[in-house]
Amino acid sequence: MTPYRDAQRAKRLSTSILATVTVLAPPVSVAQNASATRHINIFAPSSTPAIQINHLSMLVFGITGAIFVFVAVLLIFVIFRYRATGDESAEPPQVYGSNRIELAWTVIPVLIVIVLFLATARIIFAVQDPEEPRSALDVTVIGHQFWWEFRYPNLGIVTANELHVPVSSANHPSPTYLKLMSADVVHSFWVPQLAGKTDLIPNRVNQMWLDPLQTGVYLGQCAQFCGMQHANMLIRVYVDTPEQFETWVRNQQSPARVEPQVALGRHIFETQSCMNCHTIRGTAATGRFGPDLTHIMSRSTIASGIAPNNRATLVDWIKSPDHLKKGSLMPAMQLSDDKVEALVDYLSTLQ
Amino acid sequence: MADQIIPYPGTFDAAGTANESTLLETLHSWVITVDHKKLGILYVIYSLFFLLIAGCEAICIRLQLVVPNNHFLDPAVFNRFFTMHGTTMVFLVGMPILFGFGNYLVPLMIGARDMAFPRLNAFSFWLTAFGGLLLYFSFVGGFGLYGMGSAPDVGWFAYAPLTARAFSPGHSTDYWALALIVSGFGTLGTAINIVATVISMRCKGMTLLRMPLFPWLMFVVSSLTLITITPLTAAQFMLLIDRYLGGHFFDTQAGGSATVWMHFFWIFGHPEVYVLVMPAFAIANEIIPVFSRKAIFGYAAMVAASVCIAFVSVSVWAHHMFTVGMTSASNAFFTLSTMLVGIPTGIKIFNWVATMWGGKIRFATPMLFCTAFLFQFLIAGLTGIMLSVSPLDWQLHNSYFVIAHFHYVLVGAIVMCIFAAIYYWYPKVTGRMLSEVLGKWHFWLFFIGFHICFDTMHILGFLGMPRSIYTYQADRGWTLINQIVSIGAFIQGIAVLIFVYNLIFSYFRGLPAGNDPWDAWTLEWSVPSPPPEYNFAIEPEVRSRRPLWDLKHPEDPDWRYER
Amino acid sequence: MSASSVLPIPHQAWQLPPRGTVGMVCLIIGESAIFTIFVVAYVFYIGKSLAGPTPREVLEVPWLNTICLLSSSFTIVRAEHAVANGLIKRFFTWLAVTIALGIIFLAGTADEWHKLIYQDGLTIHTNLFGTTFYSLVGLHATHVVIGLVMLLLVLIFTLFGKVSSEASGRFKVLALYWHFVDAVWVVVFTVVYILGR
Repeated sequence: MTPYRDAQRAKRLSTSILATVTVLAPPVSVAQNASATRHINIFAPSSTPAIQINHLSMLVFGITGAIFVFVAVLLIFVIFRYRATGDESAEPPQVYGSNRIELAWTVIPVLIVIVLFLATARIIFAVQDPEEPRSALDVTVIGHQFWWEFRYPNLGIVTANELHVPVSSANHPSPTYLKLMSADVVHSFWVPQLAGKTDLIPNRVNQMWLDPLQTGVYLGQCAQFCGMQHANMLIRVYVDTPEQFETWVRNQQSPARVEPQVALGRHIFETQSCMNCHTIRGTAATGRFGPDLTHIMSRSTIASGIAPNNRATLVDWIKSPDHLKKGSLMPAMQLSDDKVEALVDYLSTLQ
Repeated sequence: MADQIIPYPGTFDAAGTANESTLLETLHSWVITVDHKKLGILYVIYSLFFLLIAGCEAICIRLQLVVPNNHFLDPAVFNRFFTMHGTTMVFLVGMPILFGFGNYLVPLMIGARDMAFPRLNAFSFWLTAFGGLLLYFSFVGGFGLYGMGSAPDVGWFAYAPLTARAFSPGHSTDYWALALIVSGFGTLGTAINIVATVISMRCKGMTLLRMPLFPWLMFVVSSLTLITITPLTAAQFMLLIDRYLGGHFFDTQAGGSATVWMHFFWIFGHPEVYVLVMPAFAIANEIIPVFSRKAIFGYAAMVAASVCIAFVSVSVWAHHMFTVGMTSASNAFFTLSTMLVGIPTGIKIFNWVATMWGGKIRFATPMLFCTAFLFQFLIAGLTGIMLSVSPLDWQLHNSYFVIAHFHYVLVGAIVMCIFAAIYYWYPKVTGRMLSEVLGKWHFWLFFIGFHICFDTMHILGFLGMPRSIYTYQADRGWTLINQIVSIGAFIQGIAVLIFVYNLIFSYFRGLPAGNDPWDAWTLEWSVPSPPPEYNFAIEPEVRSRRPLWDLKHPEDPDWRYER
Repeated sequence: MSASSVLPIPHQAWQLPPRGTVGMVCLIIGESAIFTIFVVAYVFYIGKSLAGPTPREVLEVPWLNTICLLSSSFTIVRAEHAVANGLIKRFFTWLAVTIALGIIFLAGTADEWHKLIYQDGLTIHTNLFGTTFYSLVGLHATHVVIGLVMLLLVLIFTLFGKVSSEASGRFKVLALYWHFVDAVWVVVFTVVYILGR
């Protein structure tokens, strides 16, 4: 197999795979925000690491596809050509082996492995080892049962579950470098269109990077079983234009809004045990067990992505987290209905 | 010796005539037996029972995933079910059934009277059996059946520190660790037994290079098991020390390491899958030649490839850990070693195809399953190569692509070979043939269901669906494919029910088999069906790898051609 | 129907390795894998304890114990020779000495642990060093106990006159286990008391 033939096969194969996936995926999906949200598909990458992996995968599919076709055709040929035809009198000639043939089908796979390995090694080093450039944005990701904490150490921002990063481009590279840590058990950060996944392991710091080349919302979720609600630990990555990102940063950096008409709700927040787990910057609440709520209304979902962020879901969540997310570590607060309403009034002001 | 009274195979009195025993006497004889054949049958029945249970767990899982945000199983129950499905299939179905075949067939194929240590054999079986019962007791232990008690719910790989007291306060992890430690000692005992039997109990003239490939591979597998199951036992002891004696092996708060558990588990876990697949190779090595009417192509190469696989397989474990943040050099090393282990495996496939080449292939049910095995194992190996490319694994790790890949190996290769083996050797064990008509229904339904289920499952991985999730969002676009997968699972379930019916029906109504219904060449076909308790009236003496071929073709015996 | 070959072949006596030895070697291989995992854990966690006593602070090299245990390998070889030649009294003596040396080793270990727990405050849950130390040394000590129980059984059988030179093959298998236990101690000793300190 010459490299040219491999590339041809790879192209044909990748086209057919893409075609299959593209045909299957869109008609069966019900996108909430179809224009901005892209479906998850590792063959539609939007960021350099994912793109590099995608290119490598075409070579891999090409080679394995060729091997498959070759052996499958042989097997099908043998099944039909050497079927017993009913003449059971004589046994066929007994062939015990052939050193030359054994050598041939040992050497050829070894060569294939060498080619595949060298191509792979190049991408391993390209994705894992590049130096972090000065223009990179630093984000610290801390995995919790069952939500994501995002801290921007150089910007003084703390948020949860929805990551905002600036779009990058070839002449204006602005990658985002993520430091991955865990507060409890092992999690895994996977947003397929932006990068391969990397685990968040307690007592260990892992690194990964992404440089998204197209704006939009990218979906992902936790990819290492971490307990009862592993399934509902979703990730939303908002890739913003530089202006959108600036606006978002400035809003996040501002302290929590203080509005006198929701003073009751704020008072409830500060006197109930809410503040033991949650932070609202500028108030007495500095808990870190649960998500930072300073700008909770700037997020479009709650409970790490499984419900839209609106009044009804907020009330439901505070009354009984188990209703939306059984096994979530937030306890039901046993508050009366009007207390909950007042609380949600307050939270609704935290834009 | 030709007429035995069925339904109590293997019971004879001293004069060689069949026993008319009471039910109690018969049960007693099965409980106290040290006969390798009876123990082999016990292992197989035990495994088939747990195959049905774990299959039901799988059906429940597929029902839960048939629509997004389904409420068929609540998350706690779902997590117990997928943990138990994996744990059961590996430890209570895969290992026992394959060691059960080994138990029954190895002494017969090497011309021996029994295994090297018959009492250890019995002890090992009952240890394994008890371990399984302990594991399943967890469903009712603890809080009772509601919420499924304390059944393990930490994944079959039980990653730390999810298994620490702090994050798993109940007893689910303890049941997991204890049950597997107990059945692990049983497995160790059987492995020791098989190695000692192969080395020390071969009949006259059977040098190692004249031994049929089935006992060869069981020997390789058992040797590998000695260093495979023991790391898991060690790690589970460490886990119990952490949970009960306040140890810190995997306690990240005290400086312990979660990745140490991963390394220890996968040092067990990867060779374990070779322990599961090589007996499947052993089965194919016997069935494909007989039904192609040719000797296996490249016997020495097959032996060498198997030994190679065993050795290289202990060096690939961290390909399950490509995403934990190892250095690029480590990732590259494990990529290379994983690709290398694919080479002897590929050689085996080529040898099987070459065996069929130029033959006169009879497609009875065992051969149908073995042919499907070849096709499916080829695909499974190739998706394995895809996963060995670590950057691609960074996308596909822990996704449904991986589930599709390993089910392709476990079901498409191993279970298919197990079915083939049962159709092939059931006549020897019971004296009756399984129904060919039902066999073909079983095969085609299972084959179609398998491909509907697992071919499409690969796509879910490409679309970003992770494993171990009890539900998914409607906007992900995964719904239709999940439904197709679930339909495929059901079809396989129906096929298995047909199979179970065939097993029972043929026991009473199957055609009498005689000694050698398939016109085969290894020693087990020279004794009556079922074999007498002592196996061989006179110790056999062999001159080649196919002693019965030599007897049937005295003008053209194998020993003239074997080097 | 028998399954003999076509012609009788003149050949030397068909000799295969004895199954007892093969079985014991397999057991040793499996146990070695278990010990390797515990040794790897010990080595990996050297120097990683966050607090509590360190090896250098509390460990004393157990020279006497080691000499006793390793000599017992020598004495058991003498016992093997004795029983192979039918010299049962001599066998009894060497076996008793072996057992005594093993008991001294265990007593020394118990003494060491007593000091570590009550004087130095090192237990299995104190820190990583405590966990890995007690697990590894304890695993070895457990194997010594099992070996001693088996040897004691043989001693009792000898007292009742049940042991003759016919048993020498089986005793060899047991001795193999005992040699394994000693070999593991060499590794544990080196890792814990030499490398780890």
